[in-house]
Amino acid sequence: MAMARRYVSTRVRRREDPQLLTGRARYLDDLRLSGTLSVAILRSPHAHARLVEVDVRPALAAPGVEAVLTGEDVARLARPIRAEMSGPGYKTSGWPALARDKVRFVGEPVVAVVARDRYGAEDALEEVRVTYDPLPVLTNAELSMRPGAPRIHDDLTDNILFHTRFDNGAVERAFVAAELRLSHTFRHGRCTSAPMENRGALASFDAAEGILTLWASSQSPHLLRSGLAEALDLPESRLRVICPAVGGGFGPKMHLYPEDIIVCLLAQRLGRPVKWIEDRRENLLTSAQAREHVNHIEMAATGDGVILGFKATLICDVGAYSLYPVTAALEPVTAASIIPGPYRIQGYSYDAYAVATNKCPAGAYRGVGMALGTFVRERLVDMVARRTGLDPAEVRRRNFIAATDVPFTTASGLVIDSGNPTESLDQALEAAGYDALRKDQRRSSTTTYRGIGLCSYTEFTGMGSGTFRRRGMSQIAGHDAATVRVEPTGEVRGFVSAASQGQGHATTLAQVLADEIGVPMAAVSIVEGDTERCPYGSGSFASRSMVVSGGALILAARRVRDKVIAIAAHMLEAARGDLVMEEGAIFVRGMAARRVTLGQVARLAYRPASGTLPPSVDPALEATQYYDPPPATFSIGTHVAVVDVDAETGQVAIVRYVVSEDCGTMVNPMIVEGQIHGAVAQGIGAALYEDVVYDDAGQPLTTSFMDYLLPTTMELPAIEVVHTETPPPVTVSGFKGMAEGGTIGATAAVANAVADALAPLGVEVHELPLSPDRLYRLIHQARKRP
Amino acid sequence: MKERTIRLTVNGRPYERTVEVRKTLADFLREDLDLTGTHLGCEHGVCGACTVVVNGEAVRSCLLFAVQLEGANILTVEGLADGDNLHPIQEAFWEHHGLQCGFCTPGFLLTLYCFLKETPRPSEAEIREAISGNLCRCTGYHNIVIAARAAAEKLASAGPTP
Repeated sequence: MAMARRYVSTRVRRREDPQLLTGRARYLDDLRLSGTLSVAILRSPHAHARLVEVDVRPALAAPGVEAVLTGEDVARLARPIRAEMSGPGYKTSGWPALARDKVRFVGEPVVAVVARDRYGAEDALEEVRVTYDPLPVLTNAELSMRPGAPRIHDDLTDNILFHTRFDNGAVERAFVAAELRLSHTFRHGRCTSAPMENRGALASFDAAEGILTLWASSQSPHLLRSGLAEALDLPESRLRVICPAVGGGFGPKMHLYPEDIIVCLLAQRLGRPVKWIEDRRENLLTSAQAREHVNHIEMAATGDGVILGFKATLICDVGAYSLYPVTAALEPVTAASIIPGPYRIQGYSYDAYAVATNKCPAGAYRGVGMALGTFVRERLVDMVARRTGLDPAEVRRRNFIAATDVPFTTASGLVIDSGNPTESLDQALEAAGYDALRKDQRRSSTTTYRGIGLCSYTEFTGMGSGTFRRRGMSQIAGHDAATVRVEPTGEVRGFVSAASQGQGHATTLAQVLADEIGVPMAAVSIVEGDTERCPYGSGSFASRSMVVSGGALILAARRVRDKVIAIAAHMLEAARGDLVMEEGAIFVRGMAARRVTLGQVARLAYRPASGTLPPSVDPALEATQYYDPPPATFSIGTHVAVVDVDAETGQVAIVRYVVSEDCGTMVNPMIVEGQIHGAVAQGIGAALYEDVVYDDAGQPLTTSFMDYLLPTTMELPAIEVVHTETPPPVTVSGFKGMAEGGTIGATAAVANAVADALAPLGVEVHELPLSPDRLYRLIHQARKRP
Repeated sequence: MKERTIRLTVNGRPYERTVEVRKTLADFLREDLDLTGTHLGCEHGVCGACTVVVNGEAVRSCLLFAVQLEGANILTVEGLADGDNLHPIQEAFWEHHGLQCGFCTPGFLLTLYCFLKETPRPSEAEIREAISGNLCRCTGYHNIVIAARAAAEKLASAGPTP
């Protein structure tokens, strides 16, 4: 029977909030296990060097020090972290939890000291003596990939960790037919997600049971457990990973890091809980970074603005190591595949590279690859508009996939399953008052230039194992799972493989489950982030939780509900098809008095001796469902950014910001909008301010929040959000993922707005971030030109 | 390490503790008093997550040593609600989805607590300025600003604040 949705699509206040608002929520560093010791880590001050000697004896003698761990110790106790990929074009070297022969980036862990508290552990670090023999440093991917460049990993033939080539067979024809050809090089800076809570790990070993428990500030407890099992050579049955409250993630908290292994080794050795809490400097030095790309791209178009094809070379600087479980290929592969976007492009070919350098490893970050691919494409679309004299909105219209074309296979082979880009553009332009904005734009002053930027995008969400298989990313499960259990007293519980970092799963998944079973939300609770209590799955990244864990939850709930109905039918002596379940009661349609409650059904299900269960119905009310969704479902959207650029200072003020998005059925529009606000903020940050800077010696220059600039209230605008809702035909739920679209759209929309503003000065925008100093230089160079 | 004994009041409760002179107020609150609602986001005074109220002023507890707080009266996020009744600022954050991961939230709440006492009817620009020293990575501040405005209205209509 069809589900009446009472909670889904409503703005339910979050259940998480009372704990968070009163300071009672427990993040990793708030957990209290008696006898816990603290770890401090000595990190490499060199970007590339041989380790000549590590002398830890003075540190061992320091007050309060319980143990010191070196690379030699780790080599005996654990395997290096390995990010594996099947298929050609990829090579990798392991990442030992503590460096042994070489260090490959500033911040790489070298020695771990464990003491009674962090103060004491940091004191003892000063007693460690390490002798380094510096090696040539590579901080530029294009230099690092050249033949003969110094090798970062001695066991690999060169520094190209991944290379793939694609040609859809129609690209040469497209370029022959082109009246307009553009050739540009785009660059995107290096970003870091900088969640307000840094990473952290706390391990405890139960010697009696032989169980090692790791509390981790993680997005992906099961994948973390699998990676740990490999590194520690332990069966997964002896490992448990628990995620407490997690203070933001945005991608980087899905990886396995050396510190996870270090605390586990120390807890096993010492028989006491051992904790490591990342400080902000460590976060900015060592938590996975992202984006840094060079993209050489050619575009073919007709004289009336129809885009025919792209030929791209993407070079991604992935830093020193390939990260488990995503691999170094994640950023270039995703960027390359998203370049055709929501457009009917005939021809497409690319070469995509992931190149090692002596920098922090790069991995997942909100909008991974998609932000870059979309920035490059949407800049080119605007360049076509400028060359043809068409409005940027019109060029987009001329190239969009039509609603009637869906499902549509893009030139890169992605299947856009649903959505209407034209409708999205129309809605965004109307909400922004686009025509009036354009008229108003002509009144720019002589020092302040107004620009309007558009971005139309597709967002890869809810990926199943099919996508990871095609990419060769064999360490990512791709599926997720849920167990639904009605307890003997009638409460409904959902145990899911997702792991919230602030997205509000305790609320949204409860909305979904309450509707699916037909009970009040008060009767429902969600458990996540615990490998012992929850079934195996991928976790929460790449905008998948609501599609995949939510899908699994729905499927499991349907099985439980079917059983409830079967038992209730037996109790009521009615046909199953005549029964309705609402508000926790099952009754005969049209005869509300002939009813039993879910609690009564549950009591009988668990105590069949108290009555009789129908024949062939097992006791208890519980079902576990694993769900491997189709390869992907695509959300779409359009952003409109309006900026004022001060040509004398290079400062950009965002005057208006409008988002139209379509993520299918919204479970909780309040939370959807909150996700968009935050994602847009990160896109604006990447477009204008955020940049991890290394000098030529590989020294990071942005190791505090004074240097790595997160946007504040003073830089960010109010963000207006409007929606269309096109439920995808390919998922069980009608939901699509949506956590990244804001970032994907904002990076490009802001870049286009700044370019639009400065077009009268002859400034072209190819490189992010558009910081005041970069813009100042561009403006002055343009003004010097005759 | 040198230690000193300090006496101070936190959330209305008097404490006497002996601490290392180098221990920050934030670490003292979290470790010695087990008030873990005060969060450390940067430990260099930029992010504002560790903001607490000292003698009526919002300060960064990562930039003070506990021993500097002899005799001080401190309010942390744990002391903001009145039993089970959330403070109007907390209520407004809940109502308007002014938090996601919640890690920065105590700092915003306490910054606004002081600001709204001084500026009971703020403009949006004044609100943005007042919280410009607090970083949030989840919300883009959009709903925080809305929540702050709503809290100001609630507080103003309720009369003088406790």
